Amino acid sequence: MSIFVDGDTRLCVSGITGREGTFHTLNNKAYGTQVVSGVTPGKGGQDVDGIPVFDTFHDAVLETGANTAMIFVPPRFAADSILEAADAGVALVVAITEGIPAHDELRVYNHLARTDATRLVGPNCPGILSPGKANVGIIPAAFFSEGNVGVVSRSGTLTYQIGNELAQRGLGNSSIVGIGGDPVPGTSFIDVIAAFEADPETELIVMAGEIGGSAEEEAAEYIAEHVSKPVVAYIAGFTAPPGKTMGHAGAIVSGTAGTAKAKQEALEARGVRVGETPTRVAEIAAAG
Amino acid sequence: MDLLEYQGKQLFARHGVPVPRGAPATTVEQAVTAADELGYPCVVKAQVLIGGRGKAGGIKLAADRKEVEAHAGAILGMDIRGHTVHELWIEQASDIATEYYASIVFDRAAKRPLVLLSTQGGMDIEAVADSDPDAIARLHVDPLLGFQDFHARRLCFGAGVEADVIRGVGALLARLYAAFVAEEAMLVEVNPMIVTGDRRVVALDAKVTLDDNALFRHPDNAELRDVSGEDPQERMARERGLTYVKLDGNVGILGNGAGLVMSTLDVVAQAGGAPANFLDAGGGAKADEITSAVEVILSNENVTAVLFNIFGGITRCDEVARGLIEAFAQIEPRVPFVVRLDGTNDQEGRALLAEAALPNVHAEATMLGAARRVVELAAA
Repeated sequence: MSIFVDGDTRLCVSGITGREGTFHTLNNKAYGTQVVSGVTPGKGGQDVDGIPVFDTFHDAVLETGANTAMIFVPPRFAADSILEAADAGVALVVAITEGIPAHDELRVYNHLARTDATRLVGPNCPGILSPGKANVGIIPAAFFSEGNVGVVSRSGTLTYQIGNELAQRGLGNSSIVGIGGDPVPGTSFIDVIAAFEADPETELIVMAGEIGGSAEEEAAEYIAEHVSKPVVAYIAGFTAPPGKTMGHAGAIVSGTAGTAKAKQEALEARGVRVGETPTRVAEIAAAG
Repeated sequence: MDLLEYQGKQLFARHGVPVPRGAPATTVEQAVTAADELGYPCVVKAQVLIGGRGKAGGIKLAADRKEVEAHAGAILGMDIRGHTVHELWIEQASDIATEYYASIVFDRAAKRPLVLLSTQGGMDIEAVADSDPDAIARLHVDPLLGFQDFHARRLCFGAGVEADVIRGVGALLARLYAAFVAEEAMLVEVNPMIVTGDRRVVALDAKVTLDDNALFRHPDNAELRDVSGEDPQERMARERGLTYVKLDGNVGILGNGAGLVMSTLDVVAQAGGAPANFLDAGGGAKADEITSAVEVILSNENVTAVLFNIFGGITRCDEVARGLIEAFAQIEPRVPFVVRLDGTNDQEGRALLAEAALPNVHAEATMLGAARRVVELAAA
């Protein structure tokens, strides 16, 4: 088992004909992901390495049975593309695009929240990898192997760092989910942790958070009440000064809210072990 | 991006939010001309992106031309909590009967705009929130529905707004919400929102934070960026498209991906060092971008050693190595570098560095080892 993506994933890529879109689509396909179609308005009828391209998501879903979408289009088109995929009935949308305006994200989130028909992961995320089954996004799969540790993170490269440290200690992964560093992520830590709790293959959960917002504190509450599996956490940004955005649009300490220390304390108060470095997280996870 | 008070007021005015008449000035002469045109008494207000202007002496009432001259002369060039005053806003004095507070914040946790209203304006709203939380009415608005009249009524009755100005406060809130949405703000705050002697409701201050990611749709707003108060290194980095935040220490840091860079700063601090900056070279950085980033890091004279911490995904380690080699060819860095390369094309990257044998560049195999090494070298 795994969560969100697996052998049944049928992927349609929005922005498949762009440079980055093509590169990562073919990477995902080479990994074994079933990439069934792509969407680029005006390029319907073409193909990318044999993958058919459609003008609309509706055509792509109708013709190829896509159940998962990956969004690679530039920020100004991304919200529209996510909404189109949802309107076409796609159940899972993974948005890689960085730099989507916050008010666009707000509209998309509130629209999708009206029904449970579509899950959005991201935006501004590295995607989802279920080792041995499917890779949807830009996570370098070579550094991960099949196993029982579920990883959820707001950051891409930090996920690779932690995954690599886990791998060096012989630990593989059920799934790795990047929820993204934006202010309004479609999927929260809680959503992913709940899915890992329900996944029989996952035995331990690693969550990597960072400064800004209150998602880690909310996750701490949820874990205390609903999660039986061990959770190890990491928080980045102890040295971040208030009022400065640290790369991710969502990573900003406002006043005393959103500090790494507050998040660490909230997690530890709920019995979640927090590793102070990525190395320490892997050591705690390896000890069980 | 934060706006100066007067820029916020001009933005408000475009959306029909009532604001006092005023004019900007960068010299004493301009201030006097503006005051003469507006009439007396008027207020001379320092325009800096920091709170506490009044307490610092940056806001003064002027009864006549002589006082405008004196106040403008004193305030221009004044330092307010680290911010030098380069600009003034000269404004007609208002007849204040009551001071309220209103704001709309982009509430990340609730994923909705949150409107706040209080009759205890004019002071630190966080202090009010602590001492008397019931004095602040709060309401989330469904962004797909927008701000309705009933929202305004609930807020006004909840906050205890005086009956005769409920319509005026409601109208101002509706216009403020329209500005928040149309200009794609993360925050609009009016403190104080005043009721005048003749019972008009007016925004006497304006604090506006805009979403940087939406500025491409608002080119006029994008031009409002206050570069005078910007750190020179941060400005240089922004112009080169790099994500850079200057910090107080001496260990220069470059990494790829915001989370990993934040983590690198933390690990350096835990190893006993003090980071000089946050620099995210981003995904897929090419050699010339790395070279450019090295220049930005070294333009901070406090830097005594530099750490490269790369875990390549989209970023290729051989590109990073080429960028560093090119940087050494162009600028001959005077400080030691510690380089940790893992991920995509890491072997090629390490081989390139080994072959180049750059002076005072040290390879490390792990993030932790690299952090310890750079802290030692920075202190040496």
